[in-house]
Amino acid sequence: MKQALALSAVAVIALVAASAPVLAQAPAAKPAPAAAKKAAKPVAAPVEEKDAATLEFEKFRAKMIEEGNPAELFEAQGEEMWKSSRGPKKVSLATSCDLGLGVGVVKGAYVQMPRYFADAGKVMDAERRIVWCMVEKQGFKEADLHAKPFGSGTYTPDQTSLVTYVAANSKDMKFAVPLKDPHVKDVYEIGKETVAYRAGPYDFSCNTCHGADGKRIRMQQLPNISTQKGAATAVLGWPGYRMTGNVMLTSQWRMNDCFRQQRFPEPKYASDTVTALLTYMTANANGTTYTGPGIKR
Amino acid sequence: MNNTARISLLAAAAIIAAPAFADGDHRAKALQMMKQDFVTKGQARADRVSEDGLQTICNRTGNKPPEAIGKRLETDQMAGVKYPADGKLMGDWKEGEKIAQSGRGFTWSDEPGLPVGGNCYNCHQIAPKETSYGTVGPSLFHFGKLRGNTADMQKYAYSKIYNAKAYNLCSEMPRFGHIGALKEDQIKHLVALLLDPESPVNK
Repeated sequence: MKQALALSAVAVIALVAASAPVLAQAPAAKPAPAAAKKAAKPVAAPVEEKDAATLEFEKFRAKMIEEGNPAELFEAQGEEMWKSSRGPKKVSLATSCDLGLGVGVVKGAYVQMPRYFADAGKVMDAERRIVWCMVEKQGFKEADLHAKPFGSGTYTPDQTSLVTYVAANSKDMKFAVPLKDPHVKDVYEIGKETVAYRAGPYDFSCNTCHGADGKRIRMQQLPNISTQKGAATAVLGWPGYRMTGNVMLTSQWRMNDCFRQQRFPEPKYASDTVTALLTYMTANANGTTYTGPGIKR
Repeated sequence: MNNTARISLLAAAAIIAAPAFADGDHRAKALQMMKQDFVTKGQARADRVSEDGLQTICNRTGNKPPEAIGKRLETDQMAGVKYPADGKLMGDWKEGEKIAQSGRGFTWSDEPGLPVGGNCYNCHQIAPKETSYGTVGPSLFHFGKLRGNTADMQKYAYSKIYNAKAYNLCSEMPRFGHIGALKEDQIKHLVALLLDPESPVNK
């Protein structure tokens, strides 16, 4: 910590020092921005109401789920994988993988993650834990599982199906990330700092779009992830079958694509950063009922 | 260095030395974590995750820097605004509308290089015909009608698009000119979109 602070201190001192000659000059003219701000108010746009496209999509989603949720296909594949002996060690996850509630227990595990796993010495979200089990218990190579971790086209990574299966077994249960565990609390606080961190060419943080109520990018409603309601909006429906591209995608993918739009570099798959964000958001949604794997626009 | 500059330097250093505004320990852990966890993809190089000086001040003060520091650093940002050599700040509003519509640029999936879009409609209501607009920023509908197309207002609009942080240090709006995203003529077209009496924004 000291070192990081010292480094930034140097950077800021350099910044201020470099600007010293400028500071000595008279400030540049500012033509009445206060008046401009005032004038903008009467035409402020209405927010919160659902637009026609959102309503149309929700109708469509309800109809689709009635006819059979496409996520169920991946759930079934995941169940098969969970119970089969696989990998170089020819072991099943059902007989080796502890998702926090005991070896092989999937019921209720998803809504209680991220959580701390003493055997790994890490707080892990569901997908990261499954990947950890596939490597440690089944002998898969981590590099292989990290190589192409997200679905695209007709390709679905095994871990995506496995997460879908595990998540489906928490349907209708309440999110209960164990924040009383100091390890989890620590990662939650790190996640809270991470969502506020501005960097990159556009100076964006997660909070630029997701830190206040009632905001939109174009017509897309932006959940405020600091609130229980907003955080629930952000985590519900994942893993989800995405209409755009017809692929099953997970929370790990969702975080990755947020960073893309934030103009950040790419977060490593199943990294501490992604877990920290998922810990912050899911814990903020604690108490909300998980509706199971869903359909996304 | 004069006295005021020395004072602001000391104050800025004090913010860093005593992170009274948020939990310094978790912040330091978060910084360390992000340094390890991000990798270059496409044009989005890993070093984008490092803060620049202004971002550091905003990050460490919860976007609320002490007023004295905020004002001084805004002045610095303003000093970096480069105006067109011929003094003309208004371009073609029709071109401005196209730039305002485009959200392309700077993500790892975008083709590197210029030109990039202004991303304006992502966050602002502008011309009334476009109903798919964001609300992260204020509405700009009737921007010129309400303010008048004066030389001062043209300069304000140009500078604000060039570097929003010159007016509000921790504004959520990107510094489009400062970072080299929008070129001089593109900013002029956007000024016209906002201020030209013929622009649909002001009808």
